[in-house]
Order: sequence, then structure tokens, then C-alpha cells
Amino acid sequence: MWSDIFQTEKPGYFGQFGGMFIPEILRATFEELIEAFESAKTDPSFWTEYVQTMQSYSCRPTPITYLPNLSKKNGGAQIYCKREDLNQTGAHKANNVMGQGLLVKRMGKSRVIAETGAGQHGVATATMAARFGLECTIYMGALDVERQRPNVFWMEQLGAEVVAVTEGSATLKDAINAAMRDWSASMDDTHYALGTVCGPHPFPTMVSYFQSLIGQESREQILELTGRLPDRIYACVGGGSNASGLFLPFLEDEGVELVGVEAGGHGVESGAHAVRFSGGHIGVAQGYKTYFLQNPEGQMMHTHSIAAGLDYVGVGPILSHLHDEGKVRFSFATDKEVIDAVRLLIRTEGLIPALESTHGLAGLLRESSEMDEEDIVVFNLSGRGDKDIFNIAEALDDPKWREFIHQKSNEYRKASN
Amino acid sequence: MSSKLSEYLRNRLKEKKILLMTHTVVGYPSLEDNWQMLEEMQVANVDMVELQMPFSEPIADGPLFVKANQEALKNGIDWNAYFDFMRRAHKKFDFPLLLIGYYNSVFVMGHRSFCSRLAEHGASGYLLPDLPLEEMEDLHELSKEHQLNPIMMCTPTQKDTRLQSICANGSGFLYCVARKGVTGAVTKIDPMVFEFLKRCRRYSDLPLALGFGLSNGADLNHLQGHADIAVIGSALLKTWEEKGPEAYRNHLNELAEATT
Repeated sequence: MWSDIFQTEKPGYFGQFGGMFIPEILRATFEELIEAFESAKTDPSFWTEYVQTMQSYSCRPTPITYLPNLSKKNGGAQIYCKREDLNQTGAHKANNVMGQGLLVKRMGKSRVIAETGAGQHGVATATMAARFGLECTIYMGALDVERQRPNVFWMEQLGAEVVAVTEGSATLKDAINAAMRDWSASMDDTHYALGTVCGPHPFPTMVSYFQSLIGQESREQILELTGRLPDRIYACVGGGSNASGLFLPFLEDEGVELVGVEAGGHGVESGAHAVRFSGGHIGVAQGYKTYFLQNPEGQMMHTHSIAAGLDYVGVGPILSHLHDEGKVRFSFATDKEVIDAVRLLIRTEGLIPALESTHGLAGLLRESSEMDEEDIVVFNLSGRGDKDIFNIAEALDDPKWREFIHQKSNEYRKASN
Repeated sequence: MSSKLSEYLRNRLKEKKILLMTHTVVGYPSLEDNWQMLEEMQVANVDMVELQMPFSEPIADGPLFVKANQEALKNGIDWNAYFDFMRRAHKKFDFPLLLIGYYNSVFVMGHRSFCSRLAEHGASGYLLPDLPLEEMEDLHELSKEHQLNPIMMCTPTQKDTRLQSICANGSGFLYCVARKGVTGAVTKIDPMVFEFLKRCRRYSDLPLALGFGLSNGADLNHLQGHADIAVIGSALLKTWEEKGPEAYRNHLNELAEATT
């Protein structure tokens, strides 16, 4: 069984990666969470409620869509995509937060905190909090607050307090540290709904469980659609939650190659990127052991990506283990390749992808054109791109958009004078 | 486990009502400022000093120390600068020195190299707030070889069985965390804190230090008879930052007076 990967000799370890490197004050809270998850995991009523919630509230199962125009234009393999963009709030993040929300109910806590990079996990958490009647605080790097204003707007409308974190590089890793600090003081009534397959045990395991819906559905759907399993599947990798969710149920299918695509930013040689598997080294930070982008003295480095959600210094320990075992191959896509791929997908198929998800697509486009027409490739369209309108318009240097922003700016200026 | 450090602390306790451990982040605001702080600590007859090795992700620290860690790194503090400072301080001052830092520095440096560098540069021990008991075995073995004290942290959230294991692995003294949360926020010293210290005492006869949120002489007075060592970190740094060296000296003197 693919889920045997979680049955490890040392709980929370995957090979040499993972663990629980946490301040002692948080230990009891983590133990409470492990206990709650272990009990929920073996409780069929929990999973029945989870599946029903995902179906009625988050539109699951999401379909797999064949992309004939893109396949033709790119040449080579036939391209399919898993439509996680159709989830409630527009990304795969809903799978994880609704699961954690049901756990919060089981634990009887009244407040939820979360970190967010692109804002998708923040919006999903704020939505879950609104739905379940929980207080909600979202930590977000100040830089990400600037580049993801639409998501900040929605989080606030949903009733969440958004705290802009100015420490460090003011991005995702700093938001995680801030959320961990909040939790170490508020643990009695608060759950930290970590958004990806990183951090201390049990988060990598727990989030992978919730996200594995993606791969389970994909496997069944592609079999039904094409009569066979795909040759390659692609997913973008920041922390790695959508990739883990897609990959794990295919782990034992030997003919299926699993490809993770990291954020190449301005290129690996530029130093402005988040390519942990090429430039990173094993270390211990933020509560777990994995590949981190760090200097020779173990200080975490600043990362860059056009996609705020991939701009992260570490990577999920399960993925690090699968990398070292040779079970997942990693590549990367640069900001420029991503923008080109966004434009191509919009024009050929009428799909507006998130910048994060487009990394998976860009990696696929580069490789699938060399494949045979009979080959099948799938990428995870993990989120929709509405939130990226400012960044994409800027990257495309769209003159009408610029004019619109100038006009709005003038209107606001006049109104405030 | 008894050691040179615990013997030193017990001897000091014969002359004082409570001992004082202070703290500085090496490289913040600058090495010169750190040195001046240590000189003031010596004058105030401080009993022990933590030298924080800066790390980019200090998850157990509050905003003041987070900023201090980041600024120290911006100031170019690396391992060599840190250990040079420690060696100079060890030669010049009487109080024992402890490294406080995060595990990644140790992991990347290598356990053996970490222990030998610490011992060579005059440290009595170290605190690593993000290294759990379950991961310490190898480092503790090497620490024994180098006569270093790995300082264990006790917290009010630990169940008795865990507290007992933590205490059993203690060396030098035990660092008791006064409350939930990170460094820097104010702690109310109340019967809950005393109860917690009693729980720690039940499992160990090592000296007990209490830290997190203590700031003034009154805090030390309240703790007398309950804790053996008071740890003051953020409050002193705040004084240095906001009011300067003279106020820092006065603050230290106020604390020192409460120890005798």
C-alpha cells in the first residue's frame, strides 16, 4: 500500500527526514494533536464526514480535463490536468483545511491560526473558520501581503485578522515562525492549521493524508478516461502539499514517473530562486529536518519566486526522502517560463492558472514535446490564477491594465484630498 | 548530574539568596556593545552569562531577540566571530559562559566539532531550545567527553513522566520556563510558577533556573526560596536599546541588589 510510507520505525521520520524539533513548551500540544489525528484516522465516521464535507462544500471530486489544443500546439504527449482550481476558494488548500477544521471541532478548540505565502492557504483557513465559527488569525510575510492584496482583502472580509510579518525576508518562512510563536502562547484554545506538508510531525503526515484525495481521484479518473495510467505526472513544489497529494497514490505504479517542479525564479545561477533540490543542503529548522536553502553555516537564505506560494526555503520531508530514494524526479521552471506558460494555457484552453501551479505546467511543456503522441501526461492545476491578476498583468506589461491602475489611483488620490 | 558548573552554582548560593544569569546576543547591537555589557555584568557580580549564537530562524524567541538575531547576522557574525568573542570573554571575566542557540548550527557544524570548539573556547555548557530529548543522545555522550553541561529545559506543560526524563538527563542546572510563549513577554510570578518549580524539584536536586519574562528586582525577591537562579534577558536588552549603557548599569545593579 502506498500509505505504508507513513508506517515508519521512528514516528514522523521518512528516512533521515522529518522529526519534531520543537521547543519543549509545544510538546504537549503536538502530542495532543498526534493523539487527535491518530484517533480520527481510524474513525470511519470522521472520514465519512470529511468526504461529505468535501463533496457538498468543496465540489469534490474535481475532474480531470483533457487539453487537446495545448497538446496539439506543444506537440508530443497528450496533456491532461487535475482541476484542483475548482475547489472551494480556488485551490487544493481546501482539502487540508477542511480536514484540520474537523479535527479542531474534535479537539474542542475555538481559535485557528495559520501562515500563508500566496494567500491561498490563508483564504482557505479563513473560509473554514467562518464555516465552523472559529476565531482566525493569519500570519503572512509583509512582502507577500504586498504582492497578494486580493487574497488579503478576502481573508479580512471573511473575518480573519491578517498579521503582516516584517521579520527576516518577510515571506512564508517568517510567517511560519510567527505562527509557531503565537501557538506557543495560545495552545490552550488555538489550533495551528499548518498549510503544507512541512513542519514538525504530525503535520507532514496529516496534511499528506488530507491531500492524498487528489492522487486517489486522479488515478481512478485517468484510468476511466484513457484506460491506462499516465506516463508522467507533474506538480509544482513549494512546501509540497499538492505534489504529495498527487504523487503518493501513484507511488507503487512503476510505469508512472513522478516529477516535482520547483521555483527557478531568475535562474539557479542568479541566486534568486527556491530550488532546494539543486542548491539546498540537509538541515534542521522550523521544527523538522529536510533540504533547506542555507549558507555553509546553516543560516537560511532568502528565496525568490514570482509565485509567493513557492517562495519557501524548505521542502516537505516525505518529498526529500522520495527524492533521495529516486522515486520522485525534481526539475524547476523560471519566472519567465512560467509567464509564457500562463499565457499559453489561457489562450489555448481558456484556463487561468495560479502562478504556483503553472510551474508544474512549464516543467511539463518543456519535456512532453519530446514524448510520443501516445504518451499521457497529467499536471496538477492546483489553483486558479484570479489572485495573481496584478502580478501577471505586470509581468505581461499589459498597457490597458496599467492605464486602469493609473486611473483608479488618481480617483483614490482625488477622493482622499 | 553533578558537575563543576553545578558545584560552582551551589557554592555561590551559599553567599546569595538567588543567583543571576544574564544574556546577550553576540553581534547585537555590536561586538563592542556586547563587551561593554559583559563588563557591566562583571561589575554587578552576575553569576552566569548566556551568549546567544545568532540564527536566522529563532522560533523560541520573541520579537526583540528575533530582531537581535537578524541584526547580528547582518553585522556579519559568523561562527569564528562568535567563538573568538567567547574565548576573549572567557579569558577576561569570572562568570561561566553558556552557548544558547538553535540546533541547525550544531547539526551543520557536526556534533563532535561543536563540542570541541565549545570546550576549547571556554564554555561551560549549552542550551538548544529546539533540540528535543529524543534527539540528544549522541550530543550528550560527546558533551560528557568534553565536560560540557547540556542544559535541559523544563516547562509547565510537561506531563510528570516527561518532566522526570528531562530532569534525569539534566546537567549543571535546569532551565525552567516560567510560562507558555516565547521570550520577552511579561510573566506574572504567582503560585502556579511556584507549583511548577516544586514539580521540577521533585525530580532533580540540580539548581533550578527560572526564565522567560522576568525583568526587575521585585521578580527576584518573589522567587527567592523557590528558584536558585533568575534569568534576565529581554528586559536588559530593552533597557540597553531604549535608555543606554548607564540605565543598563542601574538595571543590573537593581537586579544584583536583590540577589544578596
